[in-house]
Amino acid sequence: MKLDVTNLTQRFDATTVLDRLALATGEIQALVLVGPSGGGKSTLLRILAGLDVPVAGSVAFDGSPLPRDEESLRRYRKTVGTVFQAYNLFPHLSALDNLLLPLVRVHGLSHAAAVARVREPLERFQLMAHAHKRPAELSGGQKQRIAILRALVVQPRRLFLDEPTSALDPEMTAEVLEMIGELKALGTQFVLVTHEMGFAKRVADEVAFIGDGRVLAHGTADEMFNRCDEPRVRGFFARILA
Amino acid sequence: MSRRLAHTLVVALFAALVVLAFSRVHYTWNWAGVWEYREKFLQGWLTTVALSLAALVTSTAIGALAAVCLQSRNVLLEAVGRVYVELIRGTPLLVQLLIGFYVIASAVGLENRFVVGVLVLSLFSGAYMAEIFRGGLAAIPKTQRDAARAIGLTPWQTMRFVILPQAVRLVLPPVAGQLVSLIKDSSLLSVIAISEFTLNAQEVNSFTYSTLESYLPLAVGYLLLTLPLSALSRWLEGRFKYET
Repeated sequence: MKLDVTNLTQRFDATTVLDRLALATGEIQALVLVGPSGGGKSTLLRILAGLDVPVAGSVAFDGSPLPRDEESLRRYRKTVGTVFQAYNLFPHLSALDNLLLPLVRVHGLSHAAAVARVREPLERFQLMAHAHKRPAELSGGQKQRIAILRALVVQPRRLFLDEPTSALDPEMTAEVLEMIGELKALGTQFVLVTHEMGFAKRVADEVAFIGDGRVLAHGTADEMFNRCDEPRVRGFFARILA
Repeated sequence: MSRRLAHTLVVALFAALVVLAFSRVHYTWNWAGVWEYREKFLQGWLTTVALSLAALVTSTAIGALAAVCLQSRNVLLEAVGRVYVELIRGTPLLVQLLIGFYVIASAVGLENRFVVGVLVLSLFSGAYMAEIFRGGLAAIPKTQRDAARAIGLTPWQTMRFVILPQAVRLVLPPVAGQLVSLIKDSSLLSVIAISEFTLNAQEVNSFTYSTLESYLPLAVGYLLLTLPLSALSRWLEGRFKYET
């Protein structure tokens, strides 16, 4: 994917969260957004995922700009997958039914075809044994892996992951990061917001550092983590990696 | 102690207290006089069943509609919903029935007491239903709508497959309570001379002068309707149960 963001501005009431943000990536598979809390990472990701409409500016993936009206945005959202920090699984449905809902109701698969579609990924990520459990019966790591599968089984063009491990303990974090690493190896495109710097370094083709609603620095993982001379970025990494 | 045993024990204890109380007032029972009017009790009870069933369906529909108004971003619709709910909940059903029947129904030429009774009762109960429904919908976290939008559900599908199934579980107990109230509130329809259960019991009392013999069957008759409703609600609650 190649992402082009120009002049992107987002305000909530009087607060400016994104301030004429600009970002142009190369042709990459994985983009990681890092930076301090409240800097605008999640707001940017929600716009990229077609969940929010910015007050100004534009976003284009591979040259095609994101629409602004809800109906076109909904069609766009059908082609991508989004994973939230708090999983946002549907608590009244089993893990399996959470996966089947978008396939059957949004993508028009028959129930049988949908069940066949989810079998292989459930097995690959060792979740088959938990398929009939409700979200409340799953561990945090299992919940997030099901949530990632829910976004994945519709075969989206790319995934948007918003701090997918921030609510998890270290063991479960490892389990979810391993899954994302495997997706990278399988060729899945994604934009990831994370505070896991070690993982970001390993998985990112490019890293953008977002603070105060702008891109303060942007480059390859190596450029960003080893050779960046922007003081705010260096200070942030120094604190977080210490 | 099992729950069933505990329930039986409490009911038995309560019955013993009632029997003791009655034995102390030396009441002379006259069941024979009241038995003469058993047809009247049955007919009244069936009318109450019919009234309640009709009002149950109508008030749920009105409540749902009013809840949509209360939730609406259209300020006029929101105002209509809010004024309706506050006016109805803030005034006695008795007054609503009298105005509804003698003023509004007369003005529009609606003469069928049964229809007027069901309508007023439904409007009354609907206001409470509306608040219950609104609360149930508002209790579903915004993140659920986010997730539904993210997978590409339409607003209607989001309501149908994500919001409503979760809200139903939340509103089931208060709705059942409201329906039990509705069944008992239908007794007030006696003031506009619908010969439902309560009015018929009052009439039997005035014919026989056997007050307790006329009104005790009334209590039993209402319990026959409300207890199964409570049981049904508990059963449904169990079926919808899941941790969150």
